[in-house]
Amino acid sequence: MSKLHVSTTVNGDAVEYLCDPRETLLDCLRDKLNLTGSKEGCGTGDCGACSVTVDGRLICSCLMLGAEAEGKEIETVEGIADGDVLHPLQKKMIEYAALQCGICTPGILVAAKSLLEKNPDPSEEETRYWLAGNLCRCTGYDKIIRAVMDTAADLREAS
Amino acid sequence: MALDDRKSEFSFVGTRPNRPDGLDKVTGRAKFGADITAPGMLHGAILRSPHAHARIVKIDTSKAEAHKDVKAVITRADFAEVPFRPGLEGEFWNVLENVMAGEKALYDGHAVAAVAATTALAARDALKLIAVDYEVLPHVTDVDKAMAPDAPVIRDGAADYSVPAGMHPNVVRYHESGHGDVEAGFAEADLVIEDSFATEATHQGYIEPHACLGAMGSDGKGELWCTTQGHWIAQKTCAALLGIETSQLRVTASEIGGGFGGKTTVFIEPVALALSRKANRPVKIVMTRSEVFRATGPTASASMDVKIGMKKDGTIAAAQGVFRLQGGAFPGAPGDMTAMCAFAPYNLSNVRQIGYDVMSNRPKQAAYRAPGAPMGAFAVESVIDELCKKLGLDPIEVRLKNAAHEGTRASYGPRFERIGLVETLEAAKAHPHYAAPLKPGQGRGISCGFWFNHGGETSVSLALSEDGSAQLMVGTPDVGGSRASMALMAAEVLGIPYENIRVTIADTATLGYNDVSHGSRVTYASGLATIEAARHAVEKLCERAASKWDIPVEAVKWDNGCAVPSGPNAGTFEPLPLADITAEMGATGGPISGHFEATPEGAGVSFGTHIVDAEVDPETGKTSIIRYTVIQDAGKAIHPTYVEGQYQGGAAQGIGWALNEEYIYGDDGRLQNSIFLDYRIPVASDLPMIDTVIVEVPNPGHPFGVRGVGETGIVPPLAAIANAVSHAAGVRMRQLPMSPPRILAALKDNG
Amino acid sequence: MEYHSPASFAEASALAANSTGITRFLAGGTDVLVQLRSDLVAPDTLIDIKKINGVGDITRNADGSWTLGVAATGAEMSEHPDLGREWPGIVEAMDMIGSTQVQGRATLTGNLCNGSPAADSVPAMVAAGVTVIATGPDGDREVRVEDIPTGPGKTSLAKGELISAVNIPARGDMAGDAYLRFIPRTEMDIAVVGVGVSLRLDGDIVTEARVALGAVAPTVLLVGDCAAAIIGSPLDDTALNALAAAASAACNPIDDKRGTVAFRTEVAGVLAKRAAKIAYARAKGEKI
Repeated sequence: MSKLHVSTTVNGDAVEYLCDPRETLLDCLRDKLNLTGSKEGCGTGDCGACSVTVDGRLICSCLMLGAEAEGKEIETVEGIADGDVLHPLQKKMIEYAALQCGICTPGILVAAKSLLEKNPDPSEEETRYWLAGNLCRCTGYDKIIRAVMDTAADLREAS
Repeated sequence: MALDDRKSEFSFVGTRPNRPDGLDKVTGRAKFGADITAPGMLHGAILRSPHAHARIVKIDTSKAEAHKDVKAVITRADFAEVPFRPGLEGEFWNVLENVMAGEKALYDGHAVAAVAATTALAARDALKLIAVDYEVLPHVTDVDKAMAPDAPVIRDGAADYSVPAGMHPNVVRYHESGHGDVEAGFAEADLVIEDSFATEATHQGYIEPHACLGAMGSDGKGELWCTTQGHWIAQKTCAALLGIETSQLRVTASEIGGGFGGKTTVFIEPVALALSRKANRPVKIVMTRSEVFRATGPTASASMDVKIGMKKDGTIAAAQGVFRLQGGAFPGAPGDMTAMCAFAPYNLSNVRQIGYDVMSNRPKQAAYRAPGAPMGAFAVESVIDELCKKLGLDPIEVRLKNAAHEGTRASYGPRFERIGLVETLEAAKAHPHYAAPLKPGQGRGISCGFWFNHGGETSVSLALSEDGSAQLMVGTPDVGGSRASMALMAAEVLGIPYENIRVTIADTATLGYNDVSHGSRVTYASGLATIEAARHAVEKLCERAASKWDIPVEAVKWDNGCAVPSGPNAGTFEPLPLADITAEMGATGGPISGHFEATPEGAGVSFGTHIVDAEVDPETGKTSIIRYTVIQDAGKAIHPTYVEGQYQGGAAQGIGWALNEEYIYGDDGRLQNSIFLDYRIPVASDLPMIDTVIVEVPNPGHPFGVRGVGETGIVPPLAAIANAVSHAAGVRMRQLPMSPPRILAALKDNG
Repeated sequence: MEYHSPASFAEASALAANSTGITRFLAGGTDVLVQLRSDLVAPDTLIDIKKINGVGDITRNADGSWTLGVAATGAEMSEHPDLGREWPGIVEAMDMIGSTQVQGRATLTGNLCNGSPAADSVPAMVAAGVTVIATGPDGDREVRVEDIPTGPGKTSLAKGELISAVNIPARGDMAGDAYLRFIPRTEMDIAVVGVGVSLRLDGDIVTEARVALGAVAPTVLLVGDCAAAIIGSPLDDTALNALAAAASAACNPIDDKRGTVAFRTEVAGVLAKRAAKIAYARAKGEKI
């Protein structure tokens, strides 16, 4: 079984890999590009820990094949900070203790960033529904929702 | 720890700094179980039984072994023989039997063989080449059916001495305790209610599946990286199962993506090591979510009968409960814990509780956050709620009237020291939530909850650096921000900034033994050990200052990060900061470190009271949680934000357990819902904000007054929500989860 | 497994027609990948149709009807400025499938071809009278959505046939549609019961109606008795009760991990009433 050659862009970097057609984008990010920030919590699109954006669209990287990434622009948790400057969402997640174990945090950050790019003023309900596909077992979501909404408020004030 | 030693004024403790591992966790840099690789690494995969109960007649691995990408195939025969010892002493055997089936597959998902191959896909494909002949046996997955005379026997001889004669062999442990005369008490009561309740098994539901990387050399030395709540227990168990010396296996705990009790034992770790030993290469195994549900420990399911007698004024005259817990195909269901916790919040003259540990064809149960306590509280607090309703009494007033306090003889035996139940009830009564109006279709429930908390074997080491910073090595994996709490406690003693302390979870080769991060013990026990280790270092710092000043060490005290003369008679010296002492430590006697090794015994029990409002759609039986308030005694909150987080997390898990989470087995004994789509943990849109009130009644057994906070928060929710739902729906719910079909059926039955 | 990404439907069809073993088409992949990874369905040939021109398009035709490309995602449907105004029921049904992340990939066609009796978008499409174009070795044919599923996981599509477009009829005046489903949580579940209703009014009176039920039988049901119960009525209580009774009577469900026979039968009636009221209000021009 021959492997597929894929050229794609991840966090602005041009990358290439060879993948088995059955391997997911998540497998390729983690095992071939060593970008282990995206996590596999379920492999069925139910937990959101593998969230990335592809051409600006939020998806689960466990539900996309590595082969489909050809020519795409992929953003992962590793690309959220600007060098050593954290994104406001990252700062706020730490400040609010919006993580306990932190396994869902990469997915939450990618999803929340995508939300704020589309909707700078989300209601609590909109935030909760947008993040319904990002399971967190530790926090009960309270501090996560507060961190996201407070970041949105700060960003609105700054703009 | 002497009482007069306890601090009540703090500089660092009680503040809310950013956690030390925050940056790693928000940038994707933190390394969890599956995030590591090794040169030459192979990938392992495990073949699992599709049958609930079957004799393994033959396993043919020849085709898998012949596959070009496969480097090792193992079965039970590849593990060191551990003599079968029934009863309590046989836990290693139980773990081995669970890790890799022997003569029988005991549940759907039980491991029967494993392969290591050059890629993860190749390993998975190779499993299909292993042929297993099974002789399918009758199975049982329900606790009541497993105790019935005609139930299939899971394993003969598994019962211990505690089980009364005549019980089915599947009943393997029996607990009975209490005091007073319950029959006399019931005779004095104005109203007696006896009712039966059931809860289904739930899974801890951590988002990170089990993952590990094991490497074993032919020299008998091994390395293991794994996601675990306790790497010393992983070390001890893996070494025993592989037949090597404990110290020859070094175990490093990865960052852990949630555990809640479920990562206190081993599943894949001995398999990876055994594969590695055979293949002579490192082997990584990562479970799929489905494997996590099918083959790692869910909590026990329960069937319970509770009888409580109450006087018209709300005094509980007598209480008794029978708690039957099913814990899968091995001994260990916490029937004793359920029994001991069930009535613990109350000051009772007459109480009796019985707990059963029952085996069935399900995965071996594992601890889940206050193991056993939530089920019992569900039954007991539901009956109390019904008594309050029938007698027209306020549920908080009744609980206050009966609340345990300092000196109360606990339902499980000992007398309580200083405890905070009354304070949580008073706070609940005063909380605006309790007085807020309800809309039609809504109901309010309250419940109390109790958990023992635990100390456990603990080692901590603290080393000062020349520049005056400190490195703190603890051995309890940080499951929810404990490195921040440790640094705060060390800063408090040393008097140096929080940021100057680097906390590391040490591996098994660099620190003495530590029990697992369980029993809400980390902030208590590793915290106590951290304080003592820091004090130990401070003693040495004072000695160096005394030597420099040429005064007796008794004349030096430690104040705000500096050695100072203890009084006017000691002489006049400028305060000597920690960094000035460490700068010269090489020349003044060598490295300055502190350490502590002991088993702290004063964990201090913990109580909480929860208030919840629920709304039930009478046409569909669907429940929404409208408002939730957690009130719990923390003793002393070291980092209050993370204490709140524990309260909120416990409540959220309780909401899931109460409403939708359950293990669903088919008639074939196979688990029907082994993915997150069908095992329904709460999602963000299911929950309201969860309010918290931190009550602080200091624990006499901790230098700063800490009580563990991790577990108690999951004890009240099942009952509080059941009470709220029962009021909203107008019908008493006695079975969890209160899924919409169950509520709608109850509404129909009620007319 | 072989992976192909053909440039045309004809090429895709030919690949499928000439393949051996199990063939799957890949659009959003939200079902295909789950089945692939769990070994539930291990395709020998996977044909990714997303490289075909126009598969992501959402087009309103001159006659008011709509043509949706087979890879148009739920997110793109929800974000479309006009589709949801005309067919809110179809858009909300699609939007209910999975998470925001799943919406970024999932498609109407994938939901239909997965063949699940509980597929959310299918009752909404059936109620709306949606048809699809099936492209095969012998050319194209137009098929009603209700004729695609033949049982759980099964469709009427022949070997080498794949869906190449989705056609939604013109909405017209005084009409509305709605889809409701029952799930135990608020998100992320498979429907225990789903009901799609589309209707048209003349004044206050329902003149046309189509009601479809999901997750209560081996395939999504188009229930004529439900439509008959409300046609000619102002959707008063009598009509609504008749609708509920007809919906419950049409159910032929199973007991499973998601719900019981009794629950599904009862709740089908409850949701039929609720969905009909929403569709009625929308037909009246109300925004819900």
